[in-house]
Amino acid sequence: MTATVEPSQSATATSTNGTGDQDVALHVQGLWKIFGPRADKIMKSSDAQLSRKELQEKTGHVVGIRDVSFDVAPGEVFVVMGLSGSGKSTLVRLLTRLIEPTAGTVEMYGEDITAMSDRALLDTRRRKVSMVFQHFGLLPHRKVVDNVAFGLEVRGEGRSDRRNRAQEMVDLVGLSGYENNFPDQLSGGMQQRVGLARALAADPDIMMFDEPFSALDPLIRRDMQNEVIRLHHEVGKTMVFITHDLAEALKLGDRILIMRDGEIIQIGTPDEVVGAPADDYVKDFTSDVPRSHVLTLKWVMRDPEAAGGDDVPVDGPVLKSDQIVRDAARVVLDHHGPCRVVEGDKVVGVVDDEDILRVVVAEEDAS
Amino acid sequence: MSDTAVKDAAVAVTKEQLPYVDPRKPRRTGIKLVGILVFWLVCYAAFKGQWTKALGLQDTTELQRKINDARDWIQLEGQDNWFIGGVLGAIGDALNSLVEFFQKLVSIPALPRPVPEIGWLGVVAIAAWVTFVFAGLRSTVLVTLSLLSFGVVGLWSESMDTLIITGISVAICIIIGLPVGIWMARSKSVSTAITPVLDLMQTFPAFCYLAPFALFFGIGPATAVILTLIYALPPMVRITEHGIRTVSATTIEAARSMGLTGTQMLRQVQLPMAKRTIVVGINQCMMAALSMATIAALVNGPGLGKPVVSALQVLNVGAASVAGLAIVVMAIMLDRTTTAASERTTGKTNIASASGMSVMLTGVVLERLPRWATEEAGRGQRLPRLTASGRWMLQSLLLIPVVVCVLLSRQQLRYAEFPDVTDTPVLKWISGPELTKQINRFTDWLVGGIDTYTIWIKDHVTEWIINPLQDLLSLSPWWVMALVLLAVAYALGGWRPAVITAVCEGVILITGLWNDSMVTLSMTLIATALVMVIAVLLGVAMGRSRRADLAIRPFLDAFQVIPPFVYLVPALALFLPGRFTAIIAATAYAVPIATKLVADGIRGVSSTTVEAARATGSTRWQMISKVQLPMARESLVLATNQGLLYVLSMVVIGGMVGGGSLGYIVVSGFSQDQLFGKGLCAGVAIAALGVMLDRIARYAAARYGN
Repeated sequence: MTATVEPSQSATATSTNGTGDQDVALHVQGLWKIFGPRADKIMKSSDAQLSRKELQEKTGHVVGIRDVSFDVAPGEVFVVMGLSGSGKSTLVRLLTRLIEPTAGTVEMYGEDITAMSDRALLDTRRRKVSMVFQHFGLLPHRKVVDNVAFGLEVRGEGRSDRRNRAQEMVDLVGLSGYENNFPDQLSGGMQQRVGLARALAADPDIMMFDEPFSALDPLIRRDMQNEVIRLHHEVGKTMVFITHDLAEALKLGDRILIMRDGEIIQIGTPDEVVGAPADDYVKDFTSDVPRSHVLTLKWVMRDPEAAGGDDVPVDGPVLKSDQIVRDAARVVLDHHGPCRVVEGDKVVGVVDDEDILRVVVAEEDAS
Repeated sequence: MSDTAVKDAAVAVTKEQLPYVDPRKPRRTGIKLVGILVFWLVCYAAFKGQWTKALGLQDTTELQRKINDARDWIQLEGQDNWFIGGVLGAIGDALNSLVEFFQKLVSIPALPRPVPEIGWLGVVAIAAWVTFVFAGLRSTVLVTLSLLSFGVVGLWSESMDTLIITGISVAICIIIGLPVGIWMARSKSVSTAITPVLDLMQTFPAFCYLAPFALFFGIGPATAVILTLIYALPPMVRITEHGIRTVSATTIEAARSMGLTGTQMLRQVQLPMAKRTIVVGINQCMMAALSMATIAALVNGPGLGKPVVSALQVLNVGAASVAGLAIVVMAIMLDRTTTAASERTTGKTNIASASGMSVMLTGVVLERLPRWATEEAGRGQRLPRLTASGRWMLQSLLLIPVVVCVLLSRQQLRYAEFPDVTDTPVLKWISGPELTKQINRFTDWLVGGIDTYTIWIKDHVTEWIINPLQDLLSLSPWWVMALVLLAVAYALGGWRPAVITAVCEGVILITGLWNDSMVTLSMTLIATALVMVIAVLLGVAMGRSRRADLAIRPFLDAFQVIPPFVYLVPALALFLPGRFTAIIAATAYAVPIATKLVADGIRGVSSTTVEAARATGSTRWQMISKVQLPMARESLVLATNQGLLYVLSMVVIGGMVGGGSLGYIVVSGFSQDQLFGKGLCAGVAIAALGVMLDRIARYAAARYGN
């Protein structure tokens, strides 16, 4: 794995021995995509090691994805984030072979997508995985309910079955009453709800979101993010979510993969990405984030041993190390003194007013 | 992105707050159409052959005879009328003498000289120089070779005549069309007033212009010029308006903020920025003019159309092919040259083939020229491009050999009259008579080898498809047909096209050619169905695969520059005269435009939607049938609309190769004195059919488009 999984204390890093492992929803190993007519040849040659720019100058081929490996746990919301051109949209398409990978494997619940026959691939797309697109991709000549039922129709389900199922999904995403409208009669946010319902209708194991809310205005976007969180609670699907919006990534992601130029820069939980950026690129990226909203106490507490050990209070509030700084601030500031931070039963650190204020004030300075 | 995002957002917020939007009501068009068909078939079975309004070829109606009388009056007494004799007569005389002036200059003996003022060598030299100045070296090579080929096949003066008619028409088109287009672009009310007129002009098939103008200007060059210019005017006006209208609004605003007056704006901003589009307009205008200039042979217009017509009349495929090929070469020459000129106006070569009419033949030939021999050389890095003054010097210097050639062509007979090449060693193989013989031999061999199949196809299609449908339309009582057409118009497009259909039916009834119109309509419908089958097959392949598109599109481009007349020749060679032949020629003529529209429609389907359908696991067939074709519905209707109009115009031209009905009546009107009125009525009936079909398809497109 060339990806640098930082920081080392990451507790959520998942196992990489994914083959046949039912605990891994998605296992991606050594995935490459080179665009151009002689991609296979370049893959085998040493040119593959050239940088993106050098390769393009030398051969005219463009590296879309370079040696990407990661695992996604069942039920996890895994966010892939990067700026435009970083390869994130290519990555999500490689996962279902909407674009053929040049090298590497993708396993979905133990099944190797990259080795599948066309027939099996079709079946996987029909039943196992579904996708939500930035520009919705609805069929303008079909009613809402028929758009939602499209996947079921494609896999040959009977008319009444798919109608019932589609109606359920329409209700689930809050579009009851609009089922007989045509997409162009709906607003952007409502159209994307149709897209969501369509993806849910097939009852897939994994849902992929390709920048689904980028085309929506901020208010509607917030609604839709909350909608995704709600749906995730209700249906508990594994989700792979592509975005270029860091706030969205931090809000939705259990873990975040940051990409640049087709390579992984960092994989980690939101607080890891903000607290311990892998390099200046990520640091720069996360500099505008209100840190107190993301960081947990783990990132601001002091080592009780460093202060000689006498500093650890014996009473007062006890806070958990994975509590968000902002949520803990009131308690700490009210207490006028160090508070204990625990992980399980063990005291792992202390925080006082100053630790909290350092995070909050730093934000003020930054802005 | 920001701009559209903001706009979307604004729409989104307001729409999001809307509690509920009424779903649209289903239209059930299919059921209505089936109902109409049932009614039709029942009536057909009950009343077959009654009230059909059939009219024998030599029979005429009261109105048609009155038109004959009117023509006689115009020819005899009209000369004294201030308008007909005065105004129209003066216009006709002026045009005739203008044509004659140019003819004497380059194509016919300028008495007392036994030859034209300027011989072939001078013409070639002048043409080459002008092309070099405006369109570059590649086009010069093309023009020179094309002109020489006209001489070699023995059609020098005919091709000069065609160029004269086309040239005069295009010049007048520019003089009229440019100001009108500018005016339309600058005034909304003028635009709304003139646009429907242009629509109507473009809906009329070429054939229906012939008789009315022949009535006032007589048959001859003047009528040919007027017909050609009227046919070629709409694209000129339209594209000029479009070009000026689409000059960036930001630029206009910036210019206005600097305080430009209206005239300054036009001269310094709008015209320069629209220049390239206007040249594209001239290209389109020229191609339309060329195709009409050949058809004008039917009203005795001079040019290449004449040998085609006379060869078709005696079924001499070889002679028709030679003249037809000359027309094709001329079309390619004019198209490539004006396209090159339009590209040059921007100084860029990467905006390839602005008019979309790149032609593979010339492309292949000219791509193979060494780099130094082409205008590209000037743009290479090693050879710096000529400066403006250097270019001017070069062009002036080149004038010297041009003048020499012109003088030579005035003094020596062999440079004045294109030499007969039938005895020249190599050239004799491509001289006119030899080519005619070879083509005849080849088609005899080819047709002799496969005519059992072609005739079999023709007979069976005629027996099983053409005849039944023609019977259904022409043997149904006229009022049944009228009702059926009205009902179809209403079912497809609502009451507006139904009203237009009623008016058109009225016009057709007045002309007294109801039955012939129905025969023409049946052929049009069959050919259009054929066109759409082919267009959908090819278009889907092209829309889905870039490779298929690259392979097929050059052929479509090449076919599109061929004037309609020429399509008759191969169809005639393969299938002998008959309605089937006319249908095949019409199909071949309409397939390129319809295919392109379908392909563009398929390609225009939102790529996200296609990807979403793929991600859902659609098979190829599901993708085409459930996503791509339904979403390209608007293009399909548009393609049908264009297909119908192209087919109709060609089906009537097919009257010359045994298509019969309206087209044949138009042609007969010019050859038989007593049928003139009937021919004119047939032209009107064709126009009415065209408007009716166009409006039904157009309203259907508006309704079923997305």
